Amino acid sequence: MKKLRVIKSALKSICRNPTRTFLTTLGIIIGIAAVIALMEIGDGAQKTLKETIENMGVNTIRVWGGPITRGGVRSGSGGRANITLADARNILKSCPSVSAVSPVVSVRGQVIYGGKNWSPFSINGVNEDYLKISNWELEEGEPIDAVKVARGSKVCLVGATIVRELFYGENPIGKLLRIQNVSFKIIGVLKSKGANMMGMDQDDCVLAPWTAVKLRLKGAGSSSISSSSSSTTTTTTTTSSTSDIYTSGVSFYPEVSDANMPPVRFVNVDSLIISSTSADNVYKAYDEVVAAMRESHKLADDEEDDFRVRTLAEFTDMMTSTTKTMTNLLLCVAFISLLVGGIGIMNIMLVSVTERTREIGLRMAVGARAGDILKQFLIESVVICVIGGIMGIIVGHGLSMAITAIMNWPSAVSPRAIFISVGISALVGVIFGYYPAWKAARLDPIEALRYE
Amino acid sequence: MEENLKAKEAGLISLRDICKTYIMGDIKLPVLKDVSLTIQRGEMVALTGQSGSGKSTLMNILGCLDRPSSGEYWLDGEEISRATNDMRADIRNKKIGFVFQNFNLLARTSALENVIMPLGYTASHLSEKAMLEMGREMLDRVGLADRMDHEPSRLSGGQQQRVAIARALVNKPKILFADEPTGNLDTKMSEEILRIFKEINEQDGVTIVLVTHEPDVANSAKRIIKIIDGRIAGDTVLEKK
Repeated sequence: MKKLRVIKSALKSICRNPTRTFLTTLGIIIGIAAVIALMEIGDGAQKTLKETIENMGVNTIRVWGGPITRGGVRSGSGGRANITLADARNILKSCPSVSAVSPVVSVRGQVIYGGKNWSPFSINGVNEDYLKISNWELEEGEPIDAVKVARGSKVCLVGATIVRELFYGENPIGKLLRIQNVSFKIIGVLKSKGANMMGMDQDDCVLAPWTAVKLRLKGAGSSSISSSSSSTTTTTTTTSSTSDIYTSGVSFYPEVSDANMPPVRFVNVDSLIISSTSADNVYKAYDEVVAAMRESHKLADDEEDDFRVRTLAEFTDMMTSTTKTMTNLLLCVAFISLLVGGIGIMNIMLVSVTERTREIGLRMAVGARAGDILKQFLIESVVICVIGGIMGIIVGHGLSMAITAIMNWPSAVSPRAIFISVGISALVGVIFGYYPAWKAARLDPIEALRYE
Repeated sequence: MEENLKAKEAGLISLRDICKTYIMGDIKLPVLKDVSLTIQRGEMVALTGQSGSGKSTLMNILGCLDRPSSGEYWLDGEEISRATNDMRADIRNKKIGFVFQNFNLLARTSALENVIMPLGYTASHLSEKAMLEMGREMLDRVGLADRMDHEPSRLSGGQQQRVAIARALVNKPKILFADEPTGNLDTKMSEEILRIFKEINEQDGVTIVLVTHEPDVANSAKRIIKIIDGRIAGDTVLEKK
């Protein structure tokens, strides 16, 4: 018999008992619907998680100075002030996976507007690429541009928390904000970002051109180990002077370094923030950044890194693999329901074979071979399963859309899931339809015709 | 017997020393014992006998539904007593038509679809249209031209049996086996069915083998073969009016 004709006759015989066919199909519908809904929700969750993490800056890499030991006291990361603008330029030039680099210069202190003051979580000096790197947008106003960075303009962007704490609904744009007694003009307000992964309020910040921060704030008030030590690769400056140990980092000879290397104070920065071209090649970018840093610091092969590089990639990997595990677990449950559905199909097909024994006998009597009978029942079961599969896809997709709408869970259409589901339902049809079909084909026509 | 052997090649059906023994556990139950028989093309034969005499078994063997335990079966010039299941299925499809006591129509399927059902198995080279055309022709033949789309449940017993006859004839078989074709019908309908058989036999030259225990039905044939205890006990050719 021609394939099309067999399928047509299978459809006809399925339609002869619609209620039973529907109940049989229900098992497959539920199974496939569960698979589709779970895969779509799982995919959606993974996608959203990835977006969130990217938003949190997972494709960013931070470069800090290495530790420094002074009189036996080790400073920890960022202690050595050997990160320079030259490093930033070299990274941008020699790392293809890096899209942008911004120096970061941090200070702490009070900010004052009118009669109110506040101590922000961070006051960072950055360049024009910082907002892009940290995936941040402006609520209003204008960004810090390259010209302002080059000139060291006294302008700043403020976070939502600063606006809330100092301005009480006043428009902050154009107002002067005093940071450590230096006035900065507010040119923009940052979009609220909420807490970061460590639970710290990211909106509690002030951003200014790094040149301005370095020149006008860092130089002025807060001196640290980094502010005075040179940017060269000299490892330790050992002094026997007690003051060197007890003055908590106030440099003993600040004038000397200032006099000898005037640009040093200006050129060295606290850290670099770097973004890779995408979240996927952050590891590649990491390796490139390390190589570029070693090159610009002229480190020999046997020398240790005199800088530290950090990424959040491990964190993302963990989060993504967690959702993947959850989705897979739920899929296992869905496949079990599909298995139960398949057993239901086998059950009904066996009943159907028994019920239609006479028909089988008759078909054999008029010339159907055993193979024809096998094919007929097998195709019937596959057709039932595929119809169930298609209905399951529709139900499952509807379900995931409903869940998206009601519970606000993300979901994404997954063509992979649809292909897999149709394939699986056909496979279920073959596997669970084979035994009943084989039983039908093995019937003896004389017995079958006599069957009451 | 001598005649039969001579006519072996010429006859449509020729049985030689056919035995059929059922084995039930340790007990051997012989049902047919050395049956030899020749049926010529165009004959209309009635097989009669008590129930349990072996006439149904003989019909199953003749109809290629069953295989004899021993002996030779020549059908249309071929020895088929050792044919495989698939070969026998093909023979049934191309050379043999069946009509059963209980009609055996597919429920919830129109008369026309019932009739063309056998075509699906070996005549797949035919188009759907050609099949339907053949089915219509056959239904017209048995006088059901106006009932083509009726399902069996909406047809009378006689009409159902006529659909079954149309189905048996749709493959243009050489021989038609009818197993108690009038067993479930009243006298009037029986006569109608027997009239159709006779017409098919005389006009189309289809050989017909009727299995029956009713003398009236048997008398409508041209030759009556009586089976008793698995042997042919009588072979009478009736003089036709």
